[in-house]
Amino acid sequence: MFLKESAIRNFWLNLGALALLALFLWGAEHFANEYQVRLLNNMAIFVTLAVSYNLVNGICGQLHLGPNAFITLGAYTAALLTLTPQQKELIFILQPLVWPLSQITLPFALALLCGGLVAALFGFITGFPVFRVRGDYLAIVTLGFGEVVRVLANNLQSLTNGPLGLKGLKPLTNLWWSWGVAAITIILIRALVNSSYGRAMMAIRDDEAAAQAIGVDTFRHLMLAYILSAFFFGVAGGLLAHLITTISPTLFTFFLTFNLLIIIVVGGLGSTTGAVLSAILFTLAGEWLRIVEEPHTLLGVTIPGIPGLRMVFFSFLLLLVIVFFRQGLLGRREFSWQSLGRFLRRFSAKVSTGHI
Amino acid sequence: MDIVTLVQQLVNGLSLGSLYALIAIGYTMVYGILRLINFAHGDLIMVSAYVAVMGVGLFSWPWPVAFGLAVVLTGLLGVMLERGAYRPLRRAPRISLLISAIAASFFLENLFLVLAGGRPKPFPTPPWFAGVLKWGGVFIPRLSLLIPVVTAVLLAALFLLIQRTQVGRAMRAVAHDLETVSLMGVNVDRIISLAFLLGSLLAGAGGLLWAMKYPQVNPFMGIMPGLKAFIAAVLGGIGNLAGAVVGGLLLGLLEIMIVAFFPAWAGYRDAVAFGLLIVILLVRPTGILGESLGEEKL
Repeated sequence: MFLKESAIRNFWLNLGALALLALFLWGAEHFANEYQVRLLNNMAIFVTLAVSYNLVNGICGQLHLGPNAFITLGAYTAALLTLTPQQKELIFILQPLVWPLSQITLPFALALLCGGLVAALFGFITGFPVFRVRGDYLAIVTLGFGEVVRVLANNLQSLTNGPLGLKGLKPLTNLWWSWGVAAITIILIRALVNSSYGRAMMAIRDDEAAAQAIGVDTFRHLMLAYILSAFFFGVAGGLLAHLITTISPTLFTFFLTFNLLIIIVVGGLGSTTGAVLSAILFTLAGEWLRIVEEPHTLLGVTIPGIPGLRMVFFSFLLLLVIVFFRQGLLGRREFSWQSLGRFLRRFSAKVSTGHI
Repeated sequence: MDIVTLVQQLVNGLSLGSLYALIAIGYTMVYGILRLINFAHGDLIMVSAYVAVMGVGLFSWPWPVAFGLAVVLTGLLGVMLERGAYRPLRRAPRISLLISAIAASFFLENLFLVLAGGRPKPFPTPPWFAGVLKWGGVFIPRLSLLIPVVTAVLLAALFLLIQRTQVGRAMRAVAHDLETVSLMGVNVDRIISLAFLLGSLLAGAGGLLWAMKYPQVNPFMGIMPGLKAFIAAVLGGIGNLAGAVVGGLLLGLLEIMIVAFFPAWAGYRDAVAFGLLIVILLVRPTGILGESLGEEKL
């Protein structure tokens, strides 16, 4: 009885949290300025990406370095599906777009779904060679797929318009889409991690041979995590494309993957809560640190901005965290209503006894 | 394709391949001992090139001084890298070590982006390395011949060191079984530092040769040669020094020949190496000269 009650309570609390998020988004839509809305959208997309990335790297313990490949696929697929035939004719000046794509225009939701599915299909195909190997090799093979996709995007003129990229996408990504996708990603991935599948994945992470010995099908579980994360990378790619409205192959380099890696390591490899928190902090810190890259005039003296200093800071931070604080912000801990309740009770006890 | 072009392309492939081999040695030595892909190894190429540019351009040193200093500093940087980013994590999960390597690589790249700026700098190729040799109807840049020669000399020295000296024997022993050797009174830390030093010195020399061949020095110039050299090391059989040389030469020749025979595919050149990597890992993960590895080494 007790378990059931707490499950019901958690359901209502979760629903309440979602309602609060919706209220916040409604407020942001009406009262925030354009810059703040864009920041919130960025945040949501990074939350989606980080939570999916953490599934493969943190929960399954496989260093996957190719999210940029899946984001590229999702972005291009979704973009090609929302552009109108007239726009496509104008964009593809060197070589016309291949036939069926040149005529199709889909609503945003379907385009995002297709972006996710194409990325997932690519995940299914590449998963076979990727999971033949482990460790460093897995890292370099996934990195290789990222590079191959970038080279293809640069060269398949009649499919991607090459280095020129796609311009003039409709800015369809709004707060509801970006945070909606982020919420769905978090709910689905949390449900997966808490299921027997998730426990099997963590067993693989902790000791693959032992997991195999107790009958875990390692290949199937790793594939499941890899394909699911690929799907969300694809959807997030579609959102990103319709947020910035211009995409080209240079947008999706290994640099993007590196940012995601920083986010999940700082948040705590293996913690979905950590990935969410860290993605939000990373987006904010990226904006705050813009200051150091812009020139400033202080007491009549002009201090020139130093472009690139942000990345020096972030990469040094990653180095520090991985060498000295390997758990990151949260380690493998997760947020739960029970732990919040415990914290609040302890806090109120301290307040009432006057220890604070 | 006539015979003249073929010879020219062969020489090109050979010189590119020697560069890959020179860089691949550093990957394979570190991998042989620590089972780690030293992601920052490629960036040592860039550091070496920048030191030479600064030495010749900024301080107007004669080029042998600047080049020598570049190689030595790069070697020391490799040792510092191991001390700072890898040694503290030797007992940590593998994923942490790899992430540390990637972080170190990005740190170096962005540090040089801030220090030197993003605009590519021309490389001051000494006149001694410039010029074109004409031989029959074949025109060959002097550099394309010098690169394989320099590589051969450096590699011969390395092989002598590893096969014929006490330290070299210790290094081979550590690569074979680190734990046992540490019980036998070998200072494993010092041997690992030495492996990093040697690999980084070669990367430093490789960086200078690379910068003379492609005279555009920028903070991200080391990434592609680094990845390709790693693939060359895997192709030859990682952990095997001779394999790194064979793999490097093969990869260099393959890349040049593909572009020579199918000019339309030039845009896909970078994808060829990665495609090759995936095929090797599927078909023969131990590479051409690799011993048969157990699962735990993959």
